[in-house]
Amino acid sequence: MQKITRDLLVEKAVSLLENGTVDMVLGWKKGEFDYDITPAVFADADSLKDFVFDDFCGANFSKYLISNTKKTASKVLVFLKPCDTYSFNQLLTEHRFDREKVYAVGIPCDGMVDIHKIRAISGEGIAKIECGEKITVSTIYDETVNIEKADVLAERCVTCKSKKHVAYDELLGEDGEVLESARFDEVEKLESMTADERFEFWQGELSRCIRCNACRDVCPACTCEKCVFDNPASPVENKAAANSFEEKMFHIIRAFHVAGRCTDCGECSRVCPQHIPLHLLNRKFIKDIDNFYGEYQAGEEVGSRAPLVNYTTEDLEPGEAVEGR
Amino acid sequence: MQRIGVFVCWCGSNIAGTVDVQAVSEALKNEPGVVFSANYQYMCSQAGQNMIIDAVKEHNLTGIVVCSCSPRMHEATFRKTAATAGLNPYMVEIANIREQCSWVHKDMLTGTEKAIILGKAAVAKVNLNTPLVAGETPVTKRALVIGGGIAGIQTALDIAEAGFPVDIVETKPTIGGKMAQLDKTFPTLDCAACILTPKMVDVAQNENIRIFSYSEVTEVKGFVGNFDVTVKKKARYVNEDICTGCGACVEKCPMKKVPNEFNLGMDNRSAIYIPFAQAVPKVATIDPNHCNMLKNGRCGVCSKVCAAGAIDYKQQDEYIQEKYGAIVVATGFNPISMDKFDEYAYNQSKDVITSLEFERLTNAAGPTAGKLLRPSDLKHPHTIVFVQCVGSRCASCAEKGKEYCSKICCMYTAKHAMLTRDKYPDTEVYVFYIDVRTPGKSFDEFYRRAVEEYGVHYIKGMVGKVFPEGDKLKVQASDLLNNKQLHIDADLVVLAAAIEPDKSARPLATMLTASMDTNDFFTEAHPKLRPVESPTAGVFLSGTCQGPKDIPETVSQASAAAAKVVSLLVKDKLKGNPCVASSDELMCNGCSSCERVCPYGAITYEDKEFRMPNRTVAIRRVAKVNPAVCQGCGCCTVVCPSGAMDLRGFANRQIIAEVDAICK
Repeated sequence: MQKITRDLLVEKAVSLLENGTVDMVLGWKKGEFDYDITPAVFADADSLKDFVFDDFCGANFSKYLISNTKKTASKVLVFLKPCDTYSFNQLLTEHRFDREKVYAVGIPCDGMVDIHKIRAISGEGIAKIECGEKITVSTIYDETVNIEKADVLAERCVTCKSKKHVAYDELLGEDGEVLESARFDEVEKLESMTADERFEFWQGELSRCIRCNACRDVCPACTCEKCVFDNPASPVENKAAANSFEEKMFHIIRAFHVAGRCTDCGECSRVCPQHIPLHLLNRKFIKDIDNFYGEYQAGEEVGSRAPLVNYTTEDLEPGEAVEGR
Repeated sequence: MQRIGVFVCWCGSNIAGTVDVQAVSEALKNEPGVVFSANYQYMCSQAGQNMIIDAVKEHNLTGIVVCSCSPRMHEATFRKTAATAGLNPYMVEIANIREQCSWVHKDMLTGTEKAIILGKAAVAKVNLNTPLVAGETPVTKRALVIGGGIAGIQTALDIAEAGFPVDIVETKPTIGGKMAQLDKTFPTLDCAACILTPKMVDVAQNENIRIFSYSEVTEVKGFVGNFDVTVKKKARYVNEDICTGCGACVEKCPMKKVPNEFNLGMDNRSAIYIPFAQAVPKVATIDPNHCNMLKNGRCGVCSKVCAAGAIDYKQQDEYIQEKYGAIVVATGFNPISMDKFDEYAYNQSKDVITSLEFERLTNAAGPTAGKLLRPSDLKHPHTIVFVQCVGSRCASCAEKGKEYCSKICCMYTAKHAMLTRDKYPDTEVYVFYIDVRTPGKSFDEFYRRAVEEYGVHYIKGMVGKVFPEGDKLKVQASDLLNNKQLHIDADLVVLAAAIEPDKSARPLATMLTASMDTNDFFTEAHPKLRPVESPTAGVFLSGTCQGPKDIPETVSQASAAAAKVVSLLVKDKLKGNPCVASSDELMCNGCSSCERVCPYGAITYEDKEFRMPNRTVAIRRVAKVNPAVCQGCGCCTVVCPSGAMDLRGFANRQIIAEVDAICK
């Protein structure tokens, strides 16, 4: 398999910029720290010197296409990992950007790493991280730790659902397969709890929420022109912070709003500064939809009718759904 | 701020018996916006309505809450009252403290508490109500009748008589339905064909009626006054306009071994066939499953003998689109399958038959030319056992039967028994029954005659088992009145099979968005006061699709449905429902979710220019609702992630305000 490197991607970007296919590149650049990689827009070949690509480049660029395709008369180059392509298709299903204005390059992915797992091994004070065969961490205490990538893979990569790209104009390297994933194991654990235990679990997790809105801002399904939580005319606007029970409502309402549209890309949990496992809420919905209406993967095809916005005479009746639990 | 008046109804003792109405009107006085609160014995009466009108004027009310029965009962009444008082009718909210409160509570304390809470919710909603104005839509002056049995025929004739065009869609090659298969009809014993076929001819000759036979409805769009319907005319491989119904093709067709469905498979027909002599339209139909020409191209006899040249082996299904103002469902019934009733040996012996098969055996146009001969050996049966309630009133055997009473079996069994004894006095006739139910004009007299004058042995008790032995059918039964076990050697056993709605009814109900009960009978808008209307506006019910009925009842209901259709079609315009969805285009994402869930196809999208900061313009895809098509079901408001889609009169804010008032 062709190894995807930073230089390969930059070379691709430069050639597409130079032959006029695109006039804008969505990519990653370094933030404050090595592990603090942020999405960036590159307008010319020169600026691509800041382009980085390593095991921290988890950000899903599909959502960025909504605003950036409006800014160009030409095309936007976007690099998409397999999981990103599902969000890409879902946004196309919802008519959120113009496909003609995108040049999508699929890039194979062998998983991204989770800085919190690295820190748990290396300890605090990380000064430098080098991604390679192994992940080499140097600390400000002059210690160097070598870590196996497999030990620090992000949760969503450990339970990766697909290495297959469902959308691209051009694919670098070889495409993978849809995987048998154990992503519902955690959901099953929650389901096996009593109602009280489960309430306590979510109370514990969600009470840490500081309402920074990072999950909403990063979520490729949260693309409303105006979010209901920002709209004073909406009846839920003041429902999310009134008391210790209602503070959970933000996440529950959000999970309902993305139900059937969430591709399980895992960005919500990746960006949460409070480490709330938000993806579990969405996965519970996905699992229920699979159970009740047959397997459905949002974003697998453009224009597919998600079970929740489709009616067939075979649909199960509300009573059956409760029994089928 | 609204000025709200609260009016609490006693409904005689219906509400006041379990709800302290005085306490309710006192408690609601203190709710935000309420400036007047009173209670009265019958709010819907003239005096009650005047009380509301006077209060509106005296207290300058802007909104009204009536705590009374279900809004399905009197919402329209109180909206009219509000309009008389000069208020917008949509400033009225009903708090249902009868069906959802006084009737379900036994205890005054809890009943009163709940009534107050429901009243508070209604007040909270009225505080957010806005005046709404209904639009108008034109009415297409044509009716569609689905089903060409006696119900559909009568409805179509009555509508046509009033001067409106009607189309009948019938799945079979002929109209006539089940009644065409019957022999005589109770309680007057006139022959079914003699009274039905003239009506069928009337239908064929009526200039206002078109018959789509061998056809089915495949798609229904639109709404009351403006339905768009697609009818599939199945290929019958015979040009209907040219065929004269001479029957030469039927006679010459070499493929004569096709079970004849009109005689319930008790004899055979040819592959090209006319169901019966008086069929309307009298046109031949080729059965593609049995025609050799259609199956393998080897035959073509019918084409050669047809003098009119009507045979067309290349005919295709045809789809016809038509607009209608009203739709009448008259899809009828079928006897249930006897496959699961092994105890009666229906599948083991040809001499165990259903009552409908018995009708064919005694019908002059039937397989035995009207002679009562048993199917196995064509001998005259000397002992006949009739079993009532096979699959009817069968609460304990829901997996094979029906819980309800099929209503017609007692009477037709009395008829069968009486006619048998009349024509063949040497025949012993036994009828096993749970009860004999004969409410109807001249019905009980009819049944008494069967017992007293014709000597039919009516035995209260059920048949436990029937099994063939030699050329007899051994019948084991219990006689409950004499507390005896009976063993009868019968020659023929006739099962009064329960009836069930036709299988086409369920998918049709889905297309029409008309509701059904658990037995797949169509639900009426009100069981007593609106029995021929479906809750879906513009859809009417005729005959057994709504529940088991005999012919007199079916015909009455068919005419009633026609009267309702006519009173709709005479209107030039219909006032729409202003409680429809609308989209706030500034918030709409154009995601198409609402369009996908809309059952009425009321939502479309358009690309719209929006002024953005710095004198720029953005083009966004936004949803648009056609208010004439929208029925206000609210599905779109539920799927809309941004809350751009909202329902007038049932806005998200109003609903949440109600919930908040209840949970406070």
